[in-house]
Amino acid sequence: MSISREDIEKVAVLARIKVDDKQVAALESDLGNILDLVDQLGAADTSDVAPMAHPLDAVQRLRADEVTETDQRAAFQAIAPATEDGLYLVPKVIE
Amino acid sequence: MQWDIVIGLEIHVQLATRSKIFSGSSTAYGAGPNTQASAVDLAMPGTLPVPNENAFRYAVMFGLAVNAEIGRRSMFERKNYFYPDLPKGYQTTQLAQPIVGPGYVDLDLSEGRTKRVRIHHAHLEEDAGKSLHEAVFDELGHSMSGIDLNRAGTPLIEVVTEPDMNSAEEAVAFARKLHSIVTSLGICDGDMSQGSMRFDVNISLKPKGSDTLGTRTETKNLNSFRFMEQAIAHEVERQMDILEDGGRIIQETRLYNGDRDESRSMRTKEEANDYRYFPCPDLLPVEIDDSFIEEARRSLPELPDERKARFREQYGLNDYDAGQLAGDAKLAAFFEDAVDTGADAKLAANWVQGELSARLNAEEKTVTDSPITGAQLGRLVTRIADNTVSSAGARKVFESLWSGESANVDSIIETRGLKQVSDTGALEAMVDDVLASMPEQVEQYKNEENPKKRKKMLGGFMGPLMKASKGQGNPKLFNEILVRKLDN
Amino acid sequence: MHNKSVAELSRELESGRISSVELTQQFLERLQQEDGKYNSFITIAEEQAMADARVADEMRAAGRATAWTGVPFAHKDIFCTNGVRTTCGSKMLENFVPPYDATVTEKFRQAGAVCLGKTNMDEFAMGSSNESSFFGAVTNPWGLSSGEKRVPGGSSGGSAAAVAARLVPAATATDTGGSIRQPAALCGVTGLKPTYGRVSRYGMIAFASSLDQGGAIARSAEDNALMLNVMAGFDPKDSTSIDREVPDYTATLNEPLKGLKIGLPKEYFTDQLAPAMEEQVRNAVKEYETLGATVKEVSLPNAKLAIAAYYVIAPAEASANLSRFDGVRYGYRCEDPKDLMDMYTRTRAEGFGAEVKRRILVGTYALSHGYYDAYYLKAQKVRRLIQQDFASAFREVDVLMSPTSPSPAFIQGEKTSDPVTMYLEDIFTIAINLAGLPAMSVPAGFVDGLPVGLQIIGDYFAEARLLNAAHQFQQVTDWHQREPK
Repeated sequence: MSISREDIEKVAVLARIKVDDKQVAALESDLGNILDLVDQLGAADTSDVAPMAHPLDAVQRLRADEVTETDQRAAFQAIAPATEDGLYLVPKVIE
Repeated sequence: MQWDIVIGLEIHVQLATRSKIFSGSSTAYGAGPNTQASAVDLAMPGTLPVPNENAFRYAVMFGLAVNAEIGRRSMFERKNYFYPDLPKGYQTTQLAQPIVGPGYVDLDLSEGRTKRVRIHHAHLEEDAGKSLHEAVFDELGHSMSGIDLNRAGTPLIEVVTEPDMNSAEEAVAFARKLHSIVTSLGICDGDMSQGSMRFDVNISLKPKGSDTLGTRTETKNLNSFRFMEQAIAHEVERQMDILEDGGRIIQETRLYNGDRDESRSMRTKEEANDYRYFPCPDLLPVEIDDSFIEEARRSLPELPDERKARFREQYGLNDYDAGQLAGDAKLAAFFEDAVDTGADAKLAANWVQGELSARLNAEEKTVTDSPITGAQLGRLVTRIADNTVSSAGARKVFESLWSGESANVDSIIETRGLKQVSDTGALEAMVDDVLASMPEQVEQYKNEENPKKRKKMLGGFMGPLMKASKGQGNPKLFNEILVRKLDN
Repeated sequence: MHNKSVAELSRELESGRISSVELTQQFLERLQQEDGKYNSFITIAEEQAMADARVADEMRAAGRATAWTGVPFAHKDIFCTNGVRTTCGSKMLENFVPPYDATVTEKFRQAGAVCLGKTNMDEFAMGSSNESSFFGAVTNPWGLSSGEKRVPGGSSGGSAAAVAARLVPAATATDTGGSIRQPAALCGVTGLKPTYGRVSRYGMIAFASSLDQGGAIARSAEDNALMLNVMAGFDPKDSTSIDREVPDYTATLNEPLKGLKIGLPKEYFTDQLAPAMEEQVRNAVKEYETLGATVKEVSLPNAKLAIAAYYVIAPAEASANLSRFDGVRYGYRCEDPKDLMDMYTRTRAEGFGAEVKRRILVGTYALSHGYYDAYYLKAQKVRRLIQQDFASAFREVDVLMSPTSPSPAFIQGEKTSDPVTMYLEDIFTIAINLAGLPAMSVPAGFVDGLPVGLQIIGDYFAEARLLNAAHQFQQVTDWHQREPK
């Protein structure tokens, strides 16, 4: 199955990856080839087959409601691109 | 044209767990920014979520309280979108298999009406952090937003109703009822000012009697009952204006500014949201068994509906008073503390809903912050009932208790000289003196035939009588003596 | 010393003939001299390694030594190491020094092992040739004498090359679609991908959460067993980790193979496999028959769909897993963003390489509205069919054997132009990840002077049996001891 330029541009916005026109052209062919490969799935008869999200048929364990973490802000913010007064800084958020 | 209003609600309820839904960070409110954001909350590379048992316990308790089916096997999904307060770039939430299935809540409305509002489902999810937009600048002086991720990962249940409400009154009644349920359960602190409950309101209009639903808008993030009521009124009016001018409603998300009573559309860019939900591969299906549900059921405290019935029965309160007091678990406990001192229940109910509530509202306090205890109010009410203190005097005692001047009702009455005179002999002498000093008014009273006016004129003697008794005469007795003397 | 196995080094240290500090110095020196040829390390953690070595010597003096105390090794640069840069092969994390350890890292630390540094890898483990690393391609030690630079396989190409070049006796690795087994095969070393859930994923930077599994690369099965003894076990920090007893994997290495039932999946012996490769694999299987095993053909009818299912599921999960790299809290942020959208889109366009971006876009597309059922849901159903195929095969046999890769190490640049050609490298390994089964790659011969790997697949939690089968093979063959020239 082929993928259109519009689809690629739309998906790139959803994924927050900037792509220029040249890249879109290359992606059109690469992604098209990958989707061709993936289209083999259509050949499988999967009626009455339950989807499998996990290899093991296990159920979730739940954690006791206890506070186990301590303040490590200094360590975490030492590796942050931009912080001030304990806040992470980002270009202004407009709602 | 006549319109039907159709309202559905989505309510985010922060669960009062000690730790976050997927990490061991504290959920306490008010800590320094990002001091309660662990590696997991910050979505540091390689970190993984492990769900909190109490989040499930609380969700199940909620489900039982709203007569809902419990999801025996629930699943977490990822809802993908980018936002600086969402560290992973997806919110871990539930979609296909939520923990709480369909249920319902019964509402008491004005004039004795009732209504059942159906709950579509309630699901568990994580809260996002907060973006702060004011006065944050980078080193080059660019205006920036500051991100605090302390709230990120706080457990929420999102309660989604069917579009069963048809007025702001009903929507607010539902919201209040839900507040009352979750605070009674103790699964949410109910503190709206801290965002513990947030409401999204879906509103549409349709021609009266029509079966077809109109296009709806969603007004997001309302955090008080008053704003919710205003926002609904505002949005209903806005939609009505558009429709009556022949316009069409656009399906959109709106933000309401309560301080200005304005609303505006939020981010309706060409970029349509596509959340790309899929099962979260870091988490397995959660199975809730019978014993977990039974344990939750056994731990359910008295719920507002049960409490209301009990208040009517046990204390002889009317429907309204019982409903009001029973609706707020903490207020109900306060009331019962008062009654437990032996105070008259009806009088205690009046004082809790009157003086106390007014004072709390005026000072923007909740009953938990009240400087007066239920027992103190109970003793005060007892002194009113046994005529030791007048209502006016009692208000002075209330003031003293509130200001913390003293904690003992009787000693306040004593030291402030508020004990009312109930010696009929002394009171009769005062009445005789006052009547003798006001012959014209006595004459007018006797000539008046309209009983209502006579009653009103009686009040004219009370002022001088209270003055003569230095405020300590029992007004009820004064009244009785006056009537006896004047009517004969 | 550099030619010794983990087991041998452990004995040297125990005998007191060499201290951990001395051993570490020797290994660090050799690493610094030799790695220029291979580029198998992204970070050499000299200071940290010497500190680890001193701790190890103290542990030994205090009588608290384990089999690993003082033994040098390396971590794939996907495992977070407290205080040591962890890049995942990406510009996005070029300067990322985590203030926390992965569970696997912590376990080796507690055992007293000495981590010499972090090995090179395909960016975010996405690749089969180690050419997508931001820190440059890794060169396979095999084939260098012919003057051609060959790929080591991927994504754990740095770990496999470093072990093959005798820079370290063992290295951790991860496997999402073949990333341990294929490079182990191409570099002539032994690799183990355990059962999904056997080794904690906490602190192991996620590519595709339902497929990723940490494991081992070393020269012998015995050293793999020693690695797994440290790595395996339940971790309360990983919800998908399995709470199940961990045996001593070295204890059963010497069990006889008599009566072992081997299945050969006919779908893995087709014309996609070069005849010379097939010959080596069949010779290895014959060796097993000599050891007392019986062999029969089995069928995995849906195996041919594995690549298609994988290239939906893995990119879909990756597209969400990699959303956290947004320039807000850590890692790369673009210069001078003009607004929030600009920060996101340029940070991610500049911070991620081409293959990572391709996979994020494919995954985003597969999950997007209108395609979810046709792609993601369909792939998950096919995944179950594949799992059921293996389940029926394991009702008949104890282990399955196949080639690990369709061809030996290829020349750098040969397959970079077409992503799909590269994806077919994993044609024999990928189904195992979809099913979550354990598997190994064991050196089993040479084609044109380049190593060939035999893949041995086991049923869930059958790691001990795999290691036993591999070890017995290595007792009667010396492929795993051959050294690249």
